[in-house]
Amino acid sequence: MLIELKDIRHVYNLDDPVVALENINLEITQGEFIGLIGHTGSGKSTLVQLLNGLLQPTAGQVFFQGQDINADRASLQDIRKKIGLVFQYPEHQLFEETVAEDVAFGPKNVGLSREEREKRVKEALQLVGLDYEEFKDRSPFNLSGGQQRRVAIAGVLALKPEVLILDEPSAGLDPEGRQKLLDLLVYLHQELNLTIILISHRMEEVARLASRVVVMDQGKIALEGTPAEVFNRGEDLKKMDLDLPVLTQILTDLKARGLPVRTDIFSLEKARDEILAGLKKIEKSRESKTC
Amino acid sequence: MSQIVIQDVEFSYRGQQDKALDGVDLEINQGEFVAIIGANGSGKSTLAKMMNVLLVPDRGSVTVEGLSTSDPDNIWQIRQQVGMVFQNPDNQLVATMVEDDVAFGPENLALPSEEIRRRVDLALQVVGMDGYQSHPPHKLSGGQKQRVAIAGILAMKPDCIVLDEPTAMLDPMGRKEVLNTILRLNQEENITVVLITHFMEEAGLANKIAVMQRGVVTEVAPPREIFSNTALISEAGLDIPEAVKLAKELQERGISLPDIMTADELVEALC
Repeated sequence: MLIELKDIRHVYNLDDPVVALENINLEITQGEFIGLIGHTGSGKSTLVQLLNGLLQPTAGQVFFQGQDINADRASLQDIRKKIGLVFQYPEHQLFEETVAEDVAFGPKNVGLSREEREKRVKEALQLVGLDYEEFKDRSPFNLSGGQQRRVAIAGVLALKPEVLILDEPSAGLDPEGRQKLLDLLVYLHQELNLTIILISHRMEEVARLASRVVVMDQGKIALEGTPAEVFNRGEDLKKMDLDLPVLTQILTDLKARGLPVRTDIFSLEKARDEILAGLKKIEKSRESKTC
Repeated sequence: MSQIVIQDVEFSYRGQQDKALDGVDLEINQGEFVAIIGANGSGKSTLAKMMNVLLVPDRGSVTVEGLSTSDPDNIWQIRQQVGMVFQNPDNQLVATMVEDDVAFGPENLALPSEEIRRRVDLALQVVGMDGYQSHPPHKLSGGQKQRVAIAGILAMKPDCIVLDEPTAMLDPMGRKEVLNTILRLNQEENITVVLITHFMEEAGLANKIAVMQRGVVTEVAPPREIFSNTALISEAGLDIPEAVKLAKELQERGISLPDIMTADELVEALC
């Protein structure tokens, strides 16, 4: 087991307690792609901050590779190298004068040699699709929003994490920037075998990318399963102020109106074929085109 | 009649070589719902800030109800007519109670207190936040905060609201709440709406869409025209709403469908 959360409870502000997490038990295996969803305030961000020791749980334990990460706080730096966390709007944390220096900040902090740092920076920028020679000396502040975000993500990747946690990484990006970012996540997951935890309010992103979806509601894990299992629970999700991916919503509505279609489909082509097949079945049985 | 007229506007930020706006033309009519879409850095937010004098053109002109934004004497009148809502609700709420926050604008107009009370209550009613008058804003959800921010603008009785990615930071329910509020303002209160968004589904609800590329408005047309122009969409780094894509795929396979813009329309047309 790569990561294990055991009986976690987290309370903010002990004087006027706000229970952020309660009774959280979660196991994450190496190579998983977890989609973490839930409405604002459901506990997602608190949960991921526990994973790399930024927060210590009020009760319960966080294990990484079998080791209780809070047992020895001195080992946390090591753990943070392995678990990279990309915050919301990470570009707000860019501060160095050049792109190369900004990406090198993490590697420098963990004491890597100059040559190793440069190598890491090159690799990380290449991963996020920014040409090293073209961008290394530019100010991060004169880049577009999408480029800034990729520089910020490169800064985390430069530490070569085994686990990458991203909090709303596509928020505010234009469609093309978002697609590039999602392609990057797929690459990191499939080619570099990173374990990924993606927090997103975009249900279609989660449905398409995640191998497992974890749904949080009021500080608890309310639902968990494959995208097909979780997005089959439209009514439950709506009660938790969540939504279905658009395609799932269309298929679910069509099914409710009597068109024989499966609803656990998340790609456009498959949804199209499913609807075509459904229409054909109806046509056969009724000799009419609509249902 | 044209309410906001933007003519050949150029603008550069200090110290930057590239022009943020490079000859923008756009007319917005009273009562319209206009969406502005475009890649990051294409000039959308800069253009929005031109509409209520947060920025003024280097060259060209912006007029609101005939008043030029370049004339400093017009600033306050224009800002009363055109309100702005930004992406992050936490940066826009200033008071410790919802009603104080909504009253902030009208108080600055030095209106009598009964009038302020009336405007605040009405504005909160319109955005569906009646009853939250004495709530502290920081305990509200993102969608609720954004609606309070909108109420603060409404209390100024504007003719037009410009919203710069108001739903980017919200969860799905918050997005729906804010979007429904925007539609209500436009349809029931007859307020002109200018919505900047990266959500193509949201843009699909507008009367017309303006597409921006590298500081220029390259196309203005109703959503169905914009989204059927695949060359433009891909060149501008944009996307097509999922429901529209699916409808196209089905049409290509011989299913006859009317023009589709939303998931509901597609379901309705198929079944």
